[in-house]
Amino acid sequence: MRNHMDQIPLRKLSLKSRIYHQRYLLFMALPALVWMIVFNYIPMYGIIIAFKRYRIIKSIADSPWVGLANFKELFTEGDFSMVMKNTLGIGFMRLFIGFPLPIIFALFLNEIKHAGFKRTIQTISYLPHFISWVVLGGIMMNWLSDAGLFNEILMKTGIIDEPRFFLAEPESFWNIAVFSDVWKELGWGAIIYLAAISGISPALYEAATVDGANRWQKMMHITMPSIMPTVSIMLILAISGILTTNFDQILVLRNAVNQSASDVIDIFVYRVGFKMNRFSYAQAISLFKSVVALILLLGANQISKKTQGHSLF
Amino acid sequence: MKINRNKPDVFPKVNALLMILICFITLYPIWYTIVLSFNDANDAQMGGIYWWPRVFSLKSYSAVFANASIVNAFTISVLRTVIGTLTHVFFTAMTAYAFSKKRLIGRNIFLAIGTFTMFFNGGLIPFFLLLKNLGMLNNFIVYIVPTMFNFFHLIIFTSFFRGIPGSLEESAMIDGANEFRTFVQIILPLSMPVLATIALFHGVWNWNDFFWGVIFVNDEALQPIGTYLYRIIAETASSNMKINMPGAISLKAVNSQSIKLATMVVATTPIVLTYPFLQKYFVKGVMIGSVKE
Repeated sequence: MRNHMDQIPLRKLSLKSRIYHQRYLLFMALPALVWMIVFNYIPMYGIIIAFKRYRIIKSIADSPWVGLANFKELFTEGDFSMVMKNTLGIGFMRLFIGFPLPIIFALFLNEIKHAGFKRTIQTISYLPHFISWVVLGGIMMNWLSDAGLFNEILMKTGIIDEPRFFLAEPESFWNIAVFSDVWKELGWGAIIYLAAISGISPALYEAATVDGANRWQKMMHITMPSIMPTVSIMLILAISGILTTNFDQILVLRNAVNQSASDVIDIFVYRVGFKMNRFSYAQAISLFKSVVALILLLGANQISKKTQGHSLF
Repeated sequence: MKINRNKPDVFPKVNALLMILICFITLYPIWYTIVLSFNDANDAQMGGIYWWPRVFSLKSYSAVFANASIVNAFTISVLRTVIGTLTHVFFTAMTAYAFSKKRLIGRNIFLAIGTFTMFFNGGLIPFFLLLKNLGMLNNFIVYIVPTMFNFFHLIIFTSFFRGIPGSLEESAMIDGANEFRTFVQIILPLSMPVLATIALFHGVWNWNDFFWGVIFVNDEALQPIGTYLYRIIAETASSNMKINMPGAISLKAVNSQSIKLATMVVATTPIVLTYPFLQKYFVKGVMIGSVKE
């Protein structure tokens, strides 16, 4: 009798009868546990190939241990400094430009009082988030080609004299990567802040109006402090993700000519690992990235906890 | 930014203009691509088309739909998105329902194991080697099983299920339904907003992803539309396309550029068509996702 069982405090039941009692719940939860062990945790075992000389014909266990040889090779071959420079360059630009812009957009959008107009702006600004990078990459190649519209605009306005092939210029790549990402994610990135803003009590604004605060003062002294918890959480995630570039985007926009600016960690792992079959070498930098990301996450979380009082965990 | 009370307040107007400008910058590149795809290919090469097709033509689209590889890739995308999204949503929601019960044995261990997966993973190469050992490479199943579950989505589901009044479940239990039946017959019908949100997130990812088709699949018959586009855009395999094209369509009426544009529009249309219906859900979903458990 199920209802009878519910009356008995669970701790008094033996584990066996608790398992029997919960058999349906366990049947629903255990497959996902197995799934996580297979698809999340077995790959973690595969990390050890970074310390081995792995060849695709042998199994991971049969490959010989080489200690830190792959890391030594990585740090001395010169690839590492180029890959880190690109990863951090794009990462910091995204942090300084791509992170604050959605917040500013949300603050300004919040000042639009006409509900229908506001909703239309939101609908339009979320749209690019849902379009594949492969399609946007195709659009950008069209725009940025030497006969493309971007060159046409720049020439007509007299900013440049002759067409440039932007995707063939390593010095333009970081800008292209960061600003196309801003274009795609500006509206979507603002959703979470708009949600936070909509939770602010109108009474605060009314009181400020009575006290004679202007729009700017209300924004700085009511809206901003109210959304700070959300900003802190998003900043922790942004900092821990600084080495995670937008893989799909860069895979589409990269080419042999801009490689010196477009080779970031994730792309390097794919290119060297899969195109050159140097799995152990590529895994060494992949592991380096995962560990740094985890340290950054815990570090940013601690700092935010101490200074702001907001943290992920 | 100090606002002088004696002068008329210009900020709302400037702000509205700024927003209109942002909307224009967002929409125009998409509109421009659509316009070019509907223009005659030869005529388009002369340039000067900005707002509307100059010589309207559907030839690029007939070439796309007559291309067996493109139609096949589109079909793979549809199958992958529909099957992948349904299994992901059902499996993750089912697990989340069990997880939402505080009494679940081993719940804390489950939470710890799951949370760790959100912040650390083995990376691409070990994941590839796993799929190779499981025999999932070059197999349609690679689009379904390895993406069936996501712990972050589980948290979103869990916080939604917690908000459902317990009395509904109790009455089902009294009627003799077990937890699985309660989940399927009581909980799922009440959870449409969160189901739609996760289906949208995962469905859009499934539809837009092209990398899985690049790295885990060699067989051209299994590549989704995104992978097909990636190959013609990034690896410019336009020569292959002409071989696939039936002789009925004159080669001059279309070129690789116009086919590329038309394929891009075709690949994006399903997303744009479903977008307005799902918009009301995803805003809620993002908000639920931002709430800590």
